[in-house]
Amino acid sequence: MAVLVVADHTNAALGEATAKTVAAAQKLGGDIDILVAGQGARPAADAAAKLAGVRKVLLAESDALGHQLAEAVTDTVVSLAGGYDAILIPATSAGKNYSPRIAAKLDVNQITDVIEVVSPDTFVRPIYAGNALETVQSSDAKKVITVRPTAFKPVADGGSAPVETVAAAPAAGREAGFVGEEVVKSDRPELAGAKIVVSGGRAMGSAEEFHRVIEPLADKLGAAVGASRAAVDAGYAPNDYQVGQTGKVVAPDLYIAVGISGAIQHLAGMKDSKVIVAINKDADAPIFQVADYGIVGDYKTVVPELMAALG
Amino acid sequence: MKVLVPVKRVIDYNVKVRVKPDQTGVDLANVKMSMNPFDEIATEEAVRMKEKGVATEVIAVSIGPVQAQETIRTALAMGADRGILIQTDVDVDPLAVAKLLKAVIAEENPDLVVMGKQAIDGDNNAVGQMLAALLDWPQATFASKIEVADGKASVTREIDGGLQTLEVSLPAVITADLRLNEPRYASLPNIMKAKKKEIAIKTAADYGVDVASKLKVLKVTEPPKRSAGVKVENAAELVAKLKTEAGVL
Repeated sequence: MAVLVVADHTNAALGEATAKTVAAAQKLGGDIDILVAGQGARPAADAAAKLAGVRKVLLAESDALGHQLAEAVTDTVVSLAGGYDAILIPATSAGKNYSPRIAAKLDVNQITDVIEVVSPDTFVRPIYAGNALETVQSSDAKKVITVRPTAFKPVADGGSAPVETVAAAPAAGREAGFVGEEVVKSDRPELAGAKIVVSGGRAMGSAEEFHRVIEPLADKLGAAVGASRAAVDAGYAPNDYQVGQTGKVVAPDLYIAVGISGAIQHLAGMKDSKVIVAINKDADAPIFQVADYGIVGDYKTVVPELMAALG
Repeated sequence: MKVLVPVKRVIDYNVKVRVKPDQTGVDLANVKMSMNPFDEIATEEAVRMKEKGVATEVIAVSIGPVQAQETIRTALAMGADRGILIQTDVDVDPLAVAKLLKAVIAEENPDLVVMGKQAIDGDNNAVGQMLAALLDWPQATFASKIEVADGKASVTREIDGGLQTLEVSLPAVITADLRLNEPRYASLPNIMKAKKKEIAIKTAADYGVDVASKLKVLKVTEPPKRSAGVKVENAAELVAKLKTEAGVL
């Protein structure tokens, strides 16, 4: 048994989802290699080499890989696939983009968003926004699996695997071209892996209010900022703040929902948090059904009191 | 330019999902079904392309039971020109769906496929990428903006931390994210008109695709339930409990 983990990274750094996907790979058993496909990605590869339990790190570099373009990543992974029984990919936005393309090129189904490895061919995954869990058994000889990072504890550092350079697959001429990227640089922790998340909902009423109320509370707690779909749709918060079925799935130690009613699509993205706090003036809001601690009240008074109580 | 829009009939997004007691699946008996919300967004985008004169024909394709005709009628009422139903009672897995769509594309030769990024039942987020792979077409997933001109599409995509813009030469597969547009409600006259539009009924065998799944569902279970906790009176009490009782501060 040999498993290839495709790393989540930003070239300069390794994403935490990689160490969590290695943890899932260990449940499958066998040798684990990590592919870092990027450009100028030596720092990410070096970080991957330090993860415990890794046999070797493969580093493939090209311009197209530098932008994680699906066509380029797919062709490179497929060129290496012969040596592996399973390919594990973190279910980040980059991984979700290229993983099904890899699966189809290998003529196998993807096993999506795995939260538990029952055995090397049997897995548990959420369906219907996490309202049901499906246990599936794959008879495909080669398995392509995306791993929900929040469901696995990251493996520790402590390894010293060799880094081998491998060839990036040549461009086939029918790929998407990279035009540009607008990525917001933030000093806050990344939403998907944060220990504490403060999320705001429709009750904020405006982008200014979201900014004024949610962000200082998050900064006081060293937390990441999230939002409900309603708040994002209304333009109060940027798209990539969205927590839910179709946004980010988070499982922090502490999730504070401010002015969020708790639609099932939102609960799908945060109900595995260790402790949930809800602040809402509607005592019947569904968010209270999953909250460990609830305060019924207007966030306009509760949040300043909370800021004061935190000191 | 011809645009193909695959649409799926799924449980309505407002319905509370119930797992069957025998753990064989989710109870869909007497439950409201609708078009997958992301497919509505894709249909809206294709219809807008037609209204702008960028697209000449919009074809809605569905794979599912006989009732999936209603889903196609919804797309036709929104402005699609005609429909194709590949009728099957099998729960077709994403790879087989992609293979069926590839076969439809071989007959229809569209310049663009616009489809939802994921269906809200299986939550796989896979068919668009798989279809692009099988066709060897470029893909642009999670689109929040699409501009088509001169045989190319400029697509703004939602990624972790922000937005990415790609240019894909057509033909291509684009998958729609939530923010691409707000789908219209079909007007009554358009619903009436849609009844006269053509829907071709096919089977998977017509396209020579085996829809038997290689992924066996052993069981479907309820997720662990969270129980409601306690209401606290004020922020000071909350902070105290988070520090001592929960130990997360």
